Amino acid sequence: MLAWTVYLSFASALVLMLLPKGRVDLARGVGLGGALAGAVVAFAGSMMKQPGIQEICRIPWIPSLGINFHFAADGISVTLVMLTGIAAVVGVLFSWNIGERVKEFFAFYMVLIGGVYGVFLSFDLFLLFVFYEIAIIPKYFLIAIWGSTNREYGAMKLALYSFVGSAMVLVGLIAAYVVSGGTTTNLIELAQFGFSKEFQYWVFPLVFVGFAILAGLWPFHTWAPTGHVAAPTAVSMLLAGVVMKLGAYGALRVAITLFPLGAQAWQTEIGFLACVGIVYGALVALVQRDFKFVIGYSSVSHMGFVLLGLATLNEIGLSGAVLQMFSHGVIAGLLFAVVGRMVYDRTHTRELAVLHRFNLSRSLPFVALTFVVASAASMGLPGFSGFVAELQVFIGAWRAFPVFAIFSGVGLLVGVAYTLRALQKAFFADPELETETRGPVLDPISMPEKCGAMILMAATLIIGLYPRLLLDLIVPSFSSPLFDGLRNGAGL
Amino acid sequence: MSSIDYFQLLKLAGPEAVLALAALAVLAVDLIWMREAPIRQRQGAGAFVSILGCLGAGLCALQMPGFGSFANGMLVIDPLTLLLKGALLVLTVFTVLLSVDRDFTEHVGEFFALILLATVGMMLLVSSEDLLMIFVSLELTSLSLYILTAFQKRSALSAEAALKYFLFGGMAAAFLLFGLSLLYGLSGSTHLGGIAEGLVGKENDPLLIVALAMTVIGFGFKIAVVPFHLWAPDTYQGAPLASAAFVASGSKVASFFVLAKVMMLGFAGVHGDAGWRHLIAGWAPLLAVLALLSMLLGNLVAIVQGNVRRLLAYSAIAHSGYALLGVMSNSGEGMASLVYYTVTYGLTTLGAFGVVALVEERTGSASLSSFAGLGRRSPILGLSMMVFMLSLAGIPPLAGFFGKFYLFVGAIRTGSPNIGLVWLVVVAIAMSAVSLYYYLQVLKQIYVTEESAATVDVTGETNIVTCCAVGALAVLVVLLGCFPNLLVGPVLAATGSAGL
Repeated sequence: MLAWTVYLSFASALVLMLLPKGRVDLARGVGLGGALAGAVVAFAGSMMKQPGIQEICRIPWIPSLGINFHFAADGISVTLVMLTGIAAVVGVLFSWNIGERVKEFFAFYMVLIGGVYGVFLSFDLFLLFVFYEIAIIPKYFLIAIWGSTNREYGAMKLALYSFVGSAMVLVGLIAAYVVSGGTTTNLIELAQFGFSKEFQYWVFPLVFVGFAILAGLWPFHTWAPTGHVAAPTAVSMLLAGVVMKLGAYGALRVAITLFPLGAQAWQTEIGFLACVGIVYGALVALVQRDFKFVIGYSSVSHMGFVLLGLATLNEIGLSGAVLQMFSHGVIAGLLFAVVGRMVYDRTHTRELAVLHRFNLSRSLPFVALTFVVASAASMGLPGFSGFVAELQVFIGAWRAFPVFAIFSGVGLLVGVAYTLRALQKAFFADPELETETRGPVLDPISMPEKCGAMILMAATLIIGLYPRLLLDLIVPSFSSPLFDGLRNGAGL
Repeated sequence: MSSIDYFQLLKLAGPEAVLALAALAVLAVDLIWMREAPIRQRQGAGAFVSILGCLGAGLCALQMPGFGSFANGMLVIDPLTLLLKGALLVLTVFTVLLSVDRDFTEHVGEFFALILLATVGMMLLVSSEDLLMIFVSLELTSLSLYILTAFQKRSALSAEAALKYFLFGGMAAAFLLFGLSLLYGLSGSTHLGGIAEGLVGKENDPLLIVALAMTVIGFGFKIAVVPFHLWAPDTYQGAPLASAAFVASGSKVASFFVLAKVMMLGFAGVHGDAGWRHLIAGWAPLLAVLALLSMLLGNLVAIVQGNVRRLLAYSAIAHSGYALLGVMSNSGEGMASLVYYTVTYGLTTLGAFGVVALVEERTGSASLSSFAGLGRRSPILGLSMMVFMLSLAGIPPLAGFFGKFYLFVGAIRTGSPNIGLVWLVVVAIAMSAVSLYYYLQVLKQIYVTEESAATVDVTGETNIVTCCAVGALAVLVVLLGCFPNLLVGPVLAATGSAGL
């Protein structure tokens, strides 16, 4: 059933391509329909998921190489599939105002979504890689055609970073395939093969870093701020919300499960890089003048928590990492929606120093409310999803390497600082200045925007108040045969 | 060998005979009945007869017995060579389609006849295991291609391209002939199997090294690997479009196949090893050096090209570097991956040249900027070009991705103990990451850059035949990429039965 998320997304992309020119509303409708259908299937499939690894479909694809078209799902995939469903629908709602080349926009958009669903559901290494690369190209066009600031540079940088990352993954993939005898690319069978320690020692960093480039691992994160800023709002939301998770998911699903000994050997180095990312991202966000860059660097900082969680290699840290993927996906989406769409499309500036002139808390109260909620969630206040996730990562990190836990705590404090700074400067500025220039009248917030923001706020609140909804899915996944290597290696 | 059974020869060389007859028929139709007709009609008639000939040859190949050999390996028929003949015929049909409705020559009949003759040469080339026959058919192919390159008589570029191609080619043929004659002197046989037997015990003979080097130089020219690539950019740029496309596709497929065969069968005992810190002299390290140079130079120089034809030429050099990995793996699987790769590459390049043709007709140049706005002007062409470029860059689910994957797997798996060839594969993968940059430059023009005023003014009529051919090629590339087994299955079965 879950496989239909992939098929529906690609089918709607195909339909969009075949639509006649100029039917803007129809194109939007098909885009929304496709995204909604995918999301409904994603949620329905997740409700009906059986415990353990659920087989979805398995068809021989290239029999001579032992490659299967193999979809399956465990709790981790299901969590991220649901996230993708939410992000896809909300992204369409926030791109309602795209007026140029609409059907092309949504066609590329749906291809990207289909690729993302495919990665989360593939249990065949080759298939996973295919979907991973399918997701690269639409990003380039979405940013280069419909983007803003420095879009062609940002788009090319993102495409090349992703492609270099996937090239590293490909080397590891082929090496693992050949060394294991060249008869299967099934993830479970490869995970149980037991690669030699020397082999894991050089392949793990290659594959992990290859994936983690897309997750914003410091110092390979530089594509993220420029890419996020250049992208149109819906695409920034998807980039931060879902695409960065592709990288983290690949690092967990492929690098850590296939090469657990390598993961243990490189654990400290990765934890260190993750910590640097957390603190560095937060500090840089603190001094940004452009509102969108603040959010862009905050993404780097928050994704650092995901990577730190992965580096702990213990159950609570890993489940915290997965939960943080979901949580950050929702919160970053909300933040980009406020900055890129609700504010920028009305004020046409993202300069924090200029924004206070518009007296946004009065003129756009809904936006101010949304941003307050998003900031609270982003700072990790209890009651929001970020709190549960980061807390788990902390506990995991404390067990694995206490020093890094303290460092990342500092990062969290700086996170509060930059969020409050942005909130204050953009929305609650000095009233004296505000009376001098009243600023122009701004368009009211439209219905699609309200719906989108509501969905995201609801998601972060529900998970924040009742995290077991997801944790009951995520935690049992770590007892599947995929994680045998990690368990036996005294990790979990 | 006292008497030759001509009936058997005709049976085994049936497809080639049909094609040769078709070449004569094209000439006859054009020169006898269509002399006064308008040029478009003459082209239509010529293309029609040529395609009929290809279909006839294909049918004839289908009727062939699965195995056969004539005159001690002069002409060998097995499932693999039949499959390659089929692939060559498909590439020829598309080349013919690309040359319809183009105004570059009045000598329509001669043009199509030469394309068919070149195809005959390539088909004989893939099905021979005898040095003499290989050399003769290589010359038949090459001479036809030299003339095809020069066919645009009024264009200085075309003449320059042909002259360069001819001079380099003649030189390379001399090297090849020298190498082959040394080989005969060493082994006492012109048959590939006999050569391998004759070379046993002479692995360290310095003459063998010379023979090997000369042979590799001769073939290296045909497949345009560095440092024998200098003719390629000028030929791709100056030749009439269909000729350039044919040089890039059909000729590549045939040359790679025969190179692999000569190396794997003829030099069977002197494979050597190109593994990291595991170097053993032989043809593998020699090819490894050529592959390395081609991948590096081809990809890096392609970045700065402003003309799409030249860009395709440098990308072709890079792709020859990748494909050499398939030869180096020296196994049935390596051969299968090589066939899959070169055939899908041929289809992709033909398609890309088709798009270039349409753009050239409209804007008068093949520079990058003349592609601006193509995606909006004609969505189908834009989409097709996207398919071709991304397939060349190796993005799944297109044919180019699986081709590379299969080549790399084959190279690592069988090349050398302890996955020694991994160093070359790492270079190849890194370089294909580089290549995405310049392929995206083309796509950026097509989809992102706005149409400039200069390109809007010129309006040419759309060429339906070329459009359809390009669309069909794009569909083929997607299909073979999504279902690689369509081609890999038969090829693997064929290599298995061919005893490779």
